[in-house]
Amino acid sequence: MKSLAELQAIRDRAKANVALRKENPNAARVLVGMATCGIAAGARPVLNAFTEEIAKRGLQDDIVVTQTGCIGICQYEPVVEVEIPGQEKVTYVKMTPEKVVRIVNDHLVNKNVVTEFTIGAMDN
Amino acid sequence: MYRSNVLVCGGTGCTSSNSLQIAEKLKEEIKKQGLEKEVNVITTGCFGLCALGPIMVVYPEGSFYSMVKIEDIPEIVEEHLLKGRIVTRLLYQETVEEDTIKSLNKTAFYAKQKRVALRNCGVIDPEKIDDYIARDGYAALGKVLTEMTPEEVIQTILDSGLRGRGGAGFPTGLKWKFAAANDADQKYVCCNADEGDPGAFMDRSVLEGDPHSLIEAMAIAGYAIGASQGRVYVRAEYPIAVKRLQIAIDQAREYGLLGEDIFGTGFNFDMELRLGAGAFVCGEETALMTSIEGKRGEPRPRPPFPAVKGLYQKPTILNNVETYANIAQIILKGADWFASMGTEKSKGTKVFALGGKINHTGLVEIPMGTTLREIVFEIGGGIPNGKKFKAAQTGGPSGGCIPVEHLDVPIDYDNLLAIGSMMGSGGLIVMDEDNCMVDVAKFFLEFTVDESCGKCTPCRIGTKRLLEMLEKITKGQGTMEMLDEMEELCEFIKANSLCGLGQTAPNPVLSTLRYFKDEYIAHIRDKKCPAGVCKDLLEYTIDREKCAGCGLCSRKCPTQAISVTDYTAPGKRRPALEIDPKKCIKCGACMATCKFKAIYKA
Repeated sequence: MKSLAELQAIRDRAKANVALRKENPNAARVLVGMATCGIAAGARPVLNAFTEEIAKRGLQDDIVVTQTGCIGICQYEPVVEVEIPGQEKVTYVKMTPEKVVRIVNDHLVNKNVVTEFTIGAMDN
Repeated sequence: MYRSNVLVCGGTGCTSSNSLQIAEKLKEEIKKQGLEKEVNVITTGCFGLCALGPIMVVYPEGSFYSMVKIEDIPEIVEEHLLKGRIVTRLLYQETVEEDTIKSLNKTAFYAKQKRVALRNCGVIDPEKIDDYIARDGYAALGKVLTEMTPEEVIQTILDSGLRGRGGAGFPTGLKWKFAAANDADQKYVCCNADEGDPGAFMDRSVLEGDPHSLIEAMAIAGYAIGASQGRVYVRAEYPIAVKRLQIAIDQAREYGLLGEDIFGTGFNFDMELRLGAGAFVCGEETALMTSIEGKRGEPRPRPPFPAVKGLYQKPTILNNVETYANIAQIILKGADWFASMGTEKSKGTKVFALGGKINHTGLVEIPMGTTLREIVFEIGGGIPNGKKFKAAQTGGPSGGCIPVEHLDVPIDYDNLLAIGSMMGSGGLIVMDEDNCMVDVAKFFLEFTVDESCGKCTPCRIGTKRLLEMLEKITKGQGTMEMLDEMEELCEFIKANSLCGLGQTAPNPVLSTLRYFKDEYIAHIRDKKCPAGVCKDLLEYTIDREKCAGCGLCSRKCPTQAISVTDYTAPGKRRPALEIDPKKCIKCGACMATCKFKAIYKA
C-alpha cells in the first residue's frame, strides 16, 4: 500500500457490507411485507431494489431495509412501510421496483412523501 | 449488495459445538431458497456469551439466536430470512419481552460492557482484511506514519495511561520509551500470545476474532521504537488462532501493510509467528525470548531488561495481545478518550474470562473500576442452582482468592494487589460453597509445581515442599504448626525466586490462608472438609431407616463395597444395605443413584 488514498478506497468499498452489522436506533426503516401474499405479488424484487438503490447512494448507515409479515391488506401487496424517526409512518402499496427509485429519492432523501403511491391515494 | 448479514460465531467455544457446520448448513439452505445474492453468511470471532453457544445473529434486525441446532436452520432460513418472521422461540430468551424483542445491547450481559479491545470480535470476519479496514482498520497506522513522530506516538501511549494487560500492569508507554532510547542496528517488537493461565481465554479470542488489530498495533510499536521486525509467540494449542493470524499476516503483506515502504513513507516492518509448545514459564518475558531464539525456555535474571538486551541481545519490547488490541483505538480516538475510562491509576477497560460456578460463562470487557459484584451477579448472571458465592479467583496460578467481603471493591491493578490477589491476564473463576479452598490452593500449586522450569531452587524445591504440606492437610495428616511453616516458606519463595512464576506461585496459598484459615483448621483439627471435596476426609453412609434395600447402589459401586445387612426398617420389605469404609473409594456413584436419598456424605 503506497498511500492513504488507497486505504480509503478499500474502506469505502468494504463499508457497505459491514454497516449492516449494527443496531442504529436513529435510522430510517423500510419494512417490506414478505408474507406469502407479498412474495406472490412480487415483494422480493421490490426488496432487492431498495437494497440496491440505497447502496448506490451510500445510505446504508442511515436507512435499514428489513422484512415484515402480512399486515392484512393482501389485495394491495407488495406493501412497503417507511418509518423516519419523528415522522408518521407512511404505507406504500402495489409497489414495483420502478416506484422504489422515487421513494428513495423523494421520501427518504428529500423527506417528501410520494402521495400518489400511498394507501390513501388508492382508496380515492 | 446484501440486504441481510447472518453472523455465526467461529470462536473456539462455539466451534466445538459445531458452529462451522451450522454456517455450512445455513449457506446450503439459503441457496435452496434462492437467497444467496441477498443474504451473506459471515463467520466471526467470539461474541463473549460462550455459555449460550453456538451463537448466531441476524442483521439488520439484530436477532440473537442462541444454542442453535443444525435441525433449526431450515426453519430459521424459511421463516426469518425468506418471510421475515423472526423465530422468537429460538431467540436468546432474555431478548424477548412479551411481544417485543429488545436489543442485545440492553441485556444484562452486554449492557454494562464497554468493548474496546473486543470491538471487532463478533462483528467482522477475521479472515477478511477488508472487513477490518471497513471498521477503520489500519487508519491508525496510516495516521502514525504520515502525521506523527515516534516521540509523539510514545507520548500518546504514555498519556493514555495504558498498562500491560498480561499481568504485572507495567505502563506500556514507558516500556516503549526505554526501548526507543536505546540505539541499535536492529530492534524487535514482540507479542506475548502464550496465554497459559487455567481458565483464561481473552487473548485467544482477540487472535481468533480480530487478528489484524494485533498486526496494526505491532507495526505502530515498530515505528515508535525504531524496529522493523516483529515476532508473535503464540501457543500451538491455539490452532484456530494460529491459522487466522497467519492468514491475516499474509493478507497484510499482500496489501503492502506489512513489508517495505508502507504508505510510501519509507517505513519497513514485517513479522513472523513462533509457536510455543505450551510451557507456562514461557509466558515470562525473558523465558519467552529465549524460547523464540530456539533455546530451552528458561528465564534469566533482570537487569538487563529487554528494553536494553532482549531478543537476540537487541533492544526489544514485549506486550501482551490485549494491550496491543487497545493501541489503534488510542491513536485514533486520543489519549484523553482512553484516560476518561477507568480509575485513577488504571485506565481503560479490561477483558475477563468468566468461568467456574457462574451462569454466563464467557468473555466480558468492562471499564476498570467495575466491582466484582457487578461482574458476577449482573453481567455474569449469578451462581447456578441458587448456591452461595464463596470467592472469586483472579490472576490464575499467580493470583489469589477474593472473598465475599471484598465483593464491592472496584477492580483495578492496585486494589487487587491490596487485597492479596492480582489482575493477571484476566481469568476470573467463581467458586461457590461446594468448593474447598484448601483444594483450590492445592490445584493451583500442582499446576506451578508441574510448570516450574527448575532453574532456580526456591521455585523448584520450595513449591514442591509447599504442595506436600497441602496434600497432608487435605488427607487429614496436617498439624497446626504446618500453617506457620507454610506461611514462612511462601514468603521465602516469593522473595528468592528468579522469575515471576516462582515469585507469585505462593499467592493462591497465601490468599486462602488469609481469608479462609478456618477451612484449613477444620481439615487439621476436626479432620473434616467443610465443602465435602477432600476425599480422604469424607465418609459415605447409608441411613438404614430410609434404605429400601433396592440394591441399585451396590450394583453401581465399582469396588463392591456395599453389602446387605440383617436389619429391615419398619415399612420396608427388604433389608437395608451398608457401606464398608475400607473398600469405599468415595466416588459418590451410590449417592447419585439412590432414589430414596438414603446416602449421606460427611
